[in-house]
Amino acid sequence: MKALVAVKRVVDYNVKVRVKSDQTGVDIANVKMSMNPFDEIAVEEAVRLKEKGVLTEVVVVSCGVTQCQETLRTAMAIGADRGILVETDQELQPLAVAKLLKALADKEQPGLVILGKQAIDDDCNQTGQMLAALADWPQATFASKVEVADGHALVTREVDGGLETLKLSLPAVITTDLRLNEPRYVTLPNIMKAKKKQIDVFKPEDLGVDVTPRIKTLKVSEPPKRSAGIKVADVATLVDKLKNEAKVI
Amino acid sequence: MASLVIAEHDNQNLKPATLNTVTAALACGGDVHVLVAGKDASAAAQAASQIAGVSKVLHAESDLFAHGLAEHMAAQVLALASVYSHILFAATASGKNMAPRVAAKLDVAQVSDITRVDSPDTFERPIYAGNAMATVQATDATKVITVRTTGFDAAALGGSAAIEVIPAVTADAKSQFTGSEIAKNDRPELTAAKVIVSGGRALGSAEKFNEVITPLADKLGAALGASRAAVDAGYAPNDWQVGQTGKIVAPQLYVACGISGAIQHLAGMKDSKVIVAINKDPEAPIFSVADYGLEADLFVAVPELVAALG
Repeated sequence: MKALVAVKRVVDYNVKVRVKSDQTGVDIANVKMSMNPFDEIAVEEAVRLKEKGVLTEVVVVSCGVTQCQETLRTAMAIGADRGILVETDQELQPLAVAKLLKALADKEQPGLVILGKQAIDDDCNQTGQMLAALADWPQATFASKVEVADGHALVTREVDGGLETLKLSLPAVITTDLRLNEPRYVTLPNIMKAKKKQIDVFKPEDLGVDVTPRIKTLKVSEPPKRSAGIKVADVATLVDKLKNEAKVI
Repeated sequence: MASLVIAEHDNQNLKPATLNTVTAALACGGDVHVLVAGKDASAAAQAASQIAGVSKVLHAESDLFAHGLAEHMAAQVLALASVYSHILFAATASGKNMAPRVAAKLDVAQVSDITRVDSPDTFERPIYAGNAMATVQATDATKVITVRTTGFDAAALGGSAAIEVIPAVTADAKSQFTGSEIAKNDRPELTAAKVIVSGGRALGSAEKFNEVITPLADKLGAALGASRAAVDAGYAPNDWQVGQTGKIVAPQLYVACGISGAIQHLAGMKDSKVIVAINKDPEAPIFSVADYGLEADLFVAVPELVAALG
């Protein structure tokens, strides 16, 4: 069985982004870009399933600019077997990416598609569920444990208040939460090996997908600043302030 | 123009998030209908009919709705979708799970996590973990939206909407619910709590977390929260996590104990009315958002605070 894993190139999670002064977006010129952390967890999970003998091939897909090849190389250094880049300079929104992934799923016929639950740039949390809907497949979002046996996936999900477990028939879509696994560090030999792995490049048109954005960003602004308050000397002052000044206790 | 709000409930009671979602729906203009899809959910439908501003409650019953699986819930919503201009879900684990399924089937974009309604097609939403706010315009005919509950006040009660029982529509079952482990406790739910006491990595262990933080939460009648660092270290369960990748909260009082204040954490709690930070590091970023900062060892200060609260 094959797995398709989607990875997104995003601003590194350690970078504090700045809003551009003309309010057209955030300034991402010359900032470090990395694989979306949730997608790294998705790649790791797929590679572990392959190491357990559940999967026979892990194919990673990225949609976006040429530089997404770097993200694919990182995924292949973790252990993915080959890569697919859907190359475009157009802004891609979740529905468009879900359609691209659906077209690739039709070609590749995977048993599982694994994605991060959300990307840390647009924070949408949509693509996996949209793909599941378009393909008419079952979905298990926010996974913290995945087991595959007898043509089913048993997935434990993080829900409000605790955990729930779903049994999905395959093919299915799984999106990852933080606690699913801890991605391995990539080693230099594996980085070298990844350079030799195959990447196929498509354009959205090749896949017959119209990726025109459906949502217009009118402006991007700084969030309201919360100003620092005061430091109190001791617990007694704190209690006094909470009771008499803030009146919250 | 009318909006459909998908109620979140446990078949008996409505989850408070539904009330905030109704407020967002009212801001979109037009009639607001609420869908209660569940199993033996008459009580929840009854509760929904009492939300002020709601003109109709649609109540669908099926065994398959018992656990709120996305496939079935989306099928039910899609069966109703054609007459609505806006379809709104709370941006909770459950709403986030369902909404994109509905949007994709309708071939429309989804606007996630809105914090403000500027006009029926223009919304504000945080991006980059709340480090920027985007104002976006949805161009599709149907707006599928998830609502960040802290961005909207809870709708008032006192309404008396008609309840219409509608036929249930479900999907081919390709997924099955096999079980859940929901932590049972008497504390208020994190996202609905008026007071939250949160602990960070400085606690050092799950035992210390419980020993130091729990008595303060008991004293204040508070919900318990934790930073991602504390959750990753195993000191607290994941569903206590406050932050960009956990819960977004905005209580009246938020007490952060031994939390340094990573951007990720601040994104989840900076809309709290009053923030108290207890940390021994004077440079901790949490002090930059705290109304009251106490520079002290939490192992001394927190028990002292419990004692001072009598």
